[in-house]
Amino acid sequence: MDPARKRKVRLVVALSAAVLLAGALVWTSFGEATQAKSPSQVLRAMPGRSYQVTGKVVPGSISRSGGLLHFRVRDRNGSASLPVVYTGVVPDPFRDGREVIVTGRMRGGSFVGERDSLVTKCPSKFQSQPGGKTL
Amino acid sequence: MTGAVGSACLVIGLLTAIYATIAAVVGAVTGRRELVTSARRAVYCLAGLLTIAMVMLESAYLRSDFSYKLVAQNSSTDTPTFYKFTAMWSSQEGSLLLWVFLLSVYSSVVLLLTRRRLREIVPWATAVLGAVATFFLSLMVIFGQEPFARLASPPAQGNGLEPLLRHPAMMIHPPMLYSGYVGFSIPFAFAIGALIVRRTDADWIRSTRRFALIAWTFLGTGILLGALWSYSELGWGGYWGWDAVENAALIPWLLGTAFLHSVMVQEKRGMLKRWNASLIVATFTAALLGTFLVRSGVLSSIHAFGASTLGVPFLVFIGVVVCASVALIVSRLDSLRSEARLDSLLSREAFFLLNNLVLIALAVVIFWGTFFPIISEAVTGTKESVGPPFFDRVTVPLALVLVGLSGIGPLLTWRRVTAGTLRRGFLLPLAVAGVTLTVLLVFSDASRSLPSLAMFTLIAFVLAVVTQEVARGTSARRMIAGESWPGAFASLVTRNRRRYGGYLVHAGISVLFLGVAASSAFHTQRDVRLMPGQSTKVGAYTVTYRRPTGGIRNDRAGTGAPISLGAVLDFRKGNQHWTMRPSRNYYAATDGSGGAIGRFFSGESLSEIDVRWGLTRDVWTAITQPNLSKLSGPIRIANAKFGNAPAAQGLIVAALVARYVNYPVPIGFRMIVSPMIAWIWIGGAVVMLGALTALWPSPEARRRRATSLASARLGRELSRA
Repeated sequence: MDPARKRKVRLVVALSAAVLLAGALVWTSFGEATQAKSPSQVLRAMPGRSYQVTGKVVPGSISRSGGLLHFRVRDRNGSASLPVVYTGVVPDPFRDGREVIVTGRMRGGSFVGERDSLVTKCPSKFQSQPGGKTL
Repeated sequence: MTGAVGSACLVIGLLTAIYATIAAVVGAVTGRRELVTSARRAVYCLAGLLTIAMVMLESAYLRSDFSYKLVAQNSSTDTPTFYKFTAMWSSQEGSLLLWVFLLSVYSSVVLLLTRRRLREIVPWATAVLGAVATFFLSLMVIFGQEPFARLASPPAQGNGLEPLLRHPAMMIHPPMLYSGYVGFSIPFAFAIGALIVRRTDADWIRSTRRFALIAWTFLGTGILLGALWSYSELGWGGYWGWDAVENAALIPWLLGTAFLHSVMVQEKRGMLKRWNASLIVATFTAALLGTFLVRSGVLSSIHAFGASTLGVPFLVFIGVVVCASVALIVSRLDSLRSEARLDSLLSREAFFLLNNLVLIALAVVIFWGTFFPIISEAVTGTKESVGPPFFDRVTVPLALVLVGLSGIGPLLTWRRVTAGTLRRGFLLPLAVAGVTLTVLLVFSDASRSLPSLAMFTLIAFVLAVVTQEVARGTSARRMIAGESWPGAFASLVTRNRRRYGGYLVHAGISVLFLGVAASSAFHTQRDVRLMPGQSTKVGAYTVTYRRPTGGIRNDRAGTGAPISLGAVLDFRKGNQHWTMRPSRNYYAATDGSGGAIGRFFSGESLSEIDVRWGLTRDVWTAITQPNLSKLSGPIRIANAKFGNAPAAQGLIVAALVARYVNYPVPIGFRMIVSPMIAWIWIGGAVVMLGALTALWPSPEARRRRATSLASARLGRELSRA
């Protein structure tokens, strides 16, 4: 085979491998993805399908029984709240009013979180200004 | 006073950076050397100004001067001194200052080293560095990220440093990471300079290779320290969670790794010029993106410290960098032609190319997963995200290939490989890998996880390759120079620092993956609730919860936490026996919740884990579900009775802590036995050692520099005479 033709063959092989891999990547990622929803959307959504919900912990709603953690989350601006049942590690900053992300599915009227899927965003306390105005 | 000086330094610094950029461009276009020299000196001056600004801000932190917004935001008088010193970079403004300070230092060093070389490229590189500095300074001076902002009415006490960040690794991690991000701007600037003047040989690479390696080392160390922090501070027991910000740091590191390999092909064979130019642009862009992501709140992550106003200027800057660089590379395509062709697919350069493709594939899939919420929202209209399972699935095969390549690469010669070289190089390592595989299959249960089994085999192969190459080199040297074994080894390494430093890095990465593969596939984890006296099993260990503990202002980790409530756990296996003491620190609430006494228990509550480190396995424990239910009644009474008796508060809190110890309740623990996890950190240290070996100036280079300096001096004196 002459060198120019050989190079062309190599290029075609490499490009088709790249296209195949890229296709596989797109396929896997869309297949494995979980939809992100707000608590009020999840309340209206299909039971049984997996969602990732982001919301604020309703103050006073946290309770523990045995190894289970119960709390409610609501939209950032809204009042409808979603009851959550969760097992696994609770991140340290988890508290009333914090913004949390949890993955799970609706089962019997409450949102059952996957084990260890709870993420708490860093508190906003360290962003707000303590007293006084900026000069 | 110090604030005025600091602000002034930033404003003058901005003007200096603008001047340096313009002077360098005008000097390059008109060929007036004195303007270029002046631009270089302006960069030195910038480094001086920013050093003063850093000192001013640090001194405000150390004095706890709460009239500064930043100091009030993330420090306090009761924050331990070490954390006061490092609190600066936990704020957005402080970390921007750190970024541009590091940039000015790097730029000064590289311009000092190249002041008599690369006369065509350096002016443009100076201009690029000046422009990057101008952007970061204008964020602070113009876009309101002023680190020296003052408060009209300073509070009596600051917020204190976020307790989660009170860990030594977390405090060194940001400067390391930033030193890495910033360092890649040096090869980037010189690449742009080389492209503009069409000097596309390997000169720009030779002058900045060391900087790329320094940046790579810092970035890698920073990432690893972040992992160590996650393992030993966050109460979940893992070291890597495929979090958006972790990924954002890993992407430039992977691209930088690819760059460090592919530049060797350009140096040796004059090939891959377009590739290298594009790669360094991609690396620098990824570094900017990494800096930006931590602060932007674009992606949800534990690091996303709320939305910031930086988004628009940052995205515009990244857009300008990408568009301008791509346009430049496209317009220079003809000068970037390869000087040679690939002779054979079985050659070192072909395998470098292959390793580059795998590294870039890794970077691309991680980028894809990280930005998937944005991508899917653009494509399907709904925001979707992918989690760790996706990342594990796509990265594990690529990592396996990469480790394999890191063993094959050193065995291949440039241009083409002969059958003899192949036989001589591969026979022993393949035999070692085969024996390892057999032993693992027969004597261990490693076959439970196929990826791990494959990884162990490949690691054995790589380590055998490195050992074989070092042994062969040493024995050849011993024969030629007649030196002793250690002497021959030392002179072998000193004479080929880059080569053997690289081998050491390969060995270190293998060791690191040994820890990753073993600990991720074969760890045992238990989440369990126990009363004092109750026992459970974790792996081969029997664990008994002995008793609760309580302490006031005596946290062992030195975080300055007021209250620590912990547990004593007995571990037993055969006649081995030891105790572990995980605990939780309680920081008083500052938002007034919980009442006068209750606030001491209702603030941040952080897990202080306890690890028994070991070469064969780590035992990791944390209190994951504290239980203060027995205290809520007494706290209510204390709030009512002693709410306005500040003098009694200390006693009341002590009494509450004593009550917690004396009336135990069931609490939840997480216990993990991770085999060989320590080898991740050991491997990381070996990688660092290898990088340092490669970085250390070789005796020949030092001699060369000394002679060139001496001849320059001689020349000056002759011209004066």
